[in-house]
Amino acid sequence: MTTTLTKPPADPAPPPPPKRGRRSKAARAGGQMHAGPLAYVILALFTFGSLAPLVWTAIAASRDNQRLAQTPPPLWFGANLFDKLEMAWTDANLGEAFLNTTIVAGVSAVTIVFLSTIAGFAFAKLRFKGRNALMLIVIGTMMVPPQLSIIPLYMMVAKLDWTDQLQAVILPSLVSAFGVFFMRQYLLQALPDEIIEAARVDGASSWRVVWHVVFPAARPAMAVLGMLMFVQTWNDFLWPFLVLTQNGNPTVQVAVAGLGRGYTPDQSLIMAGALLGTLPLLLVFAIFGKQIVGGIMQGAVKG
Amino acid sequence: MTTEHDTAAPPVKGGAAPGRPPAGASAEAAKKRARLSRRWQRDMRWSPYAFVSPFFLLFMAFGLFPLIYTGWASLHQVELTAPTDMTWVGMKNYTRIFDDDFFWNAAKNTLTIGIISTVPQLLMAMGLAHILNYKLRASTFYRVVMLAPYATSIAAASLVFVLLFGRDYGMINWVLGLVGIDNIDWQNDHWASQLAVSSIVIWRWTGYNALIYLAAMQAIPQDLYESAALDGASRWRQFLHVTLPSLRPTILFTVIVSTIGASQLFGEPLLFDANKGASGGSQHQFQTLGLYLYEQGWVNQHLGRASAIAWTMFLILIVIGVINSVISRRLRASS
Repeated sequence: MTTTLTKPPADPAPPPPPKRGRRSKAARAGGQMHAGPLAYVILALFTFGSLAPLVWTAIAASRDNQRLAQTPPPLWFGANLFDKLEMAWTDANLGEAFLNTTIVAGVSAVTIVFLSTIAGFAFAKLRFKGRNALMLIVIGTMMVPPQLSIIPLYMMVAKLDWTDQLQAVILPSLVSAFGVFFMRQYLLQALPDEIIEAARVDGASSWRVVWHVVFPAARPAMAVLGMLMFVQTWNDFLWPFLVLTQNGNPTVQVAVAGLGRGYTPDQSLIMAGALLGTLPLLLVFAIFGKQIVGGIMQGAVKG
Repeated sequence: MTTEHDTAAPPVKGGAAPGRPPAGASAEAAKKRARLSRRWQRDMRWSPYAFVSPFFLLFMAFGLFPLIYTGWASLHQVELTAPTDMTWVGMKNYTRIFDDDFFWNAAKNTLTIGIISTVPQLLMAMGLAHILNYKLRASTFYRVVMLAPYATSIAAASLVFVLLFGRDYGMINWVLGLVGIDNIDWQNDHWASQLAVSSIVIWRWTGYNALIYLAAMQAIPQDLYESAALDGASRWRQFLHVTLPSLRPTILFTVIVSTIGASQLFGEPLLFDANKGASGGSQHQFQTLGLYLYEQGWVNQHLGRASAIAWTMFLILIVIGVINSVISRRLRASS
C-alpha cells in the first residue's frame, strides 16, 4: 500500500534544488527587478492580515465579556491584560502545560534531529543495497497523514495505561520522514565526499565520521530542523487532545482548547490563553525568523 | 560490500582499510590487519542500515502498524470504554457509515472546505511569492511576518477566529457593516461557516506556501527571463510563460500536500463550533471527515466505526495519489 503512495512524491522532489539558485544572488530570477509601490501596498496588506488577528487577540484579552459584546468591537487595549493573563495562567493550568509542552517538544525535536541526521547522512553519502527503494519509502510515508493511525495508537495507550502520560505524546511524534528528507537534501550539497574519504583514510569508522565530520557540517540544518520540529510538536493538537486531559497533564494546546470549551466562556480569558500559548513561538520566530525562513525554503516541504 | 562472508579474512582487500603501512611481516600484525579489515568491512556494510533503521523502526511501530491495524479494527466492533475488546463484525462498520447521511455530508464538506481553503491559499501564495521575489527593502522582515500565522497553533488561531467571526459583535461583521453589508451568521449559515473555517486554514498556511514558491522561483535561471525580455515580453507575460511553467512540479507538490492537509481537517472545525460539540455546527454544516471520525470514535464511542472512517479516508488518499501520479506523468510527457 505504501508502494502506490511512493509514486507521487518522487516527482515533487525537484523543489529542493533552490539552494543551488540561491548561491549566486546575481542569478536570481526576477531579483534584478525593483519592486514598485504597488508591491509594497500589497505587502503591507499581507503584513496587516498576518498580524492583525494576533494583535487583536491581545486587545480582546485586555478587555472583558461586557466590552466584547458591544458594537464597535474594541480597537485598542483595555486595562485588564495582565489580570486576564494571570487568570488564564492559573485557570488553564498553563504553568504545568508549558512545562509539559517544553518537555514534549524539546525531547522530540532533539531526537528527531539526531535520528534524521544519521539517516539523512546514510541516504545522502553512503552506498548500500536498497538505498533508493528505502528513500522512496521515506518520501512515501510523508504522504500518509499520521491522523489515520490514531485509533490503534489510542488502543495501545489505553492498554499500557499511558493516558495523561507524556510518553504517549512523545513516542508517536518521533516519526519524521520530513526530517530525514530535509537532512538528506542538506547533506547532499553541504558535505563534500572528499572530507568523508579523508576521514576514512585516517581509519575513522562510520560512527566516528558521523560524530566528527557529519555533525559539525550539518549543524546549521540541524538547528533549523530542530526549530521546525519544535514548532510542529508545540502546536500539535489532535493527538495530545485525545490522550492528555485538560485537568490531568495537558500540553499548552490542550489547555488552551480547554479554556474555549468551558461552559461559561469568558472570551477575554480565552484570548489571554491563546495569546500565552502563542507568545513563546512568536518570540522564537522573532529571534530566529531568518533561519527558519531559510530552512523552510530549503526544505520546501510541509513538515 | 566486497565479500559475502565476514568471517573469511580477505587478505588483499585489506588495502581498502585503514591505510597504515604494513608494520613488519610478523604473523601478529597480519592477523591484526585482517581483524581490522574485517571490522572495517562490517562497518561499511552494516552501518548505513544502522543509521536508517531507527527511523524505520519508529515508523513501523507508530506509523505502519497502526495504519494496517486500523483496517483490522474497522472489521470489528470496538468500544471506547473497552478499547482492547474486539468483536468481529465483518463489513458492518462500513455499511453503517455508508448508510449514514452524515458521512456523505462530511465527505462533501471536506471537499468543499478543501477547495475553498486550498485554491485561494495557493493563488495568494503564488502572488505573494512573486512580489517577494522582487528586490525589496526589508525582505527578511516580510518573510518572517508572513510566517507568524504558521507559528500560531490551530487551537489559538481557531479560538481567535471564532471571536472575529462572531455574528453580533464580531470584528468581521462590524467591518462589513461599515460598507453596508448586513450581519452574516458565520456559525450557522452553510457557506458562510465553511468560508470561516477555511479562512483559518488560509490564514495559517498562505505565508508558508509563499516561501515554498519563492524558493522555487529563485531557482529559475535568470537567462530565461532575459531572453523573454529581449523578445519584448512584459512582466506579466514573463510570469505566465517563464515563472509558472518552471514552478509546475512545485505547484503540483503544494497541491498534493494541501489536499492531504485539507482531507485531515479536524482542529479548526472542532474549535470553531460555538456549541462546543463535535458535530461541526448545529446542522453539521462544517463537519469534516476528520471531525466525523472523532465524533464516531470519541463522542459516540464506536472505535470500530471510526476505524472504518479512517480506512476509507486512507483509500481516498490512495486514489488522490494515483490521480496525482497520472497527472505528473502527463506533465512530464508534455514538457
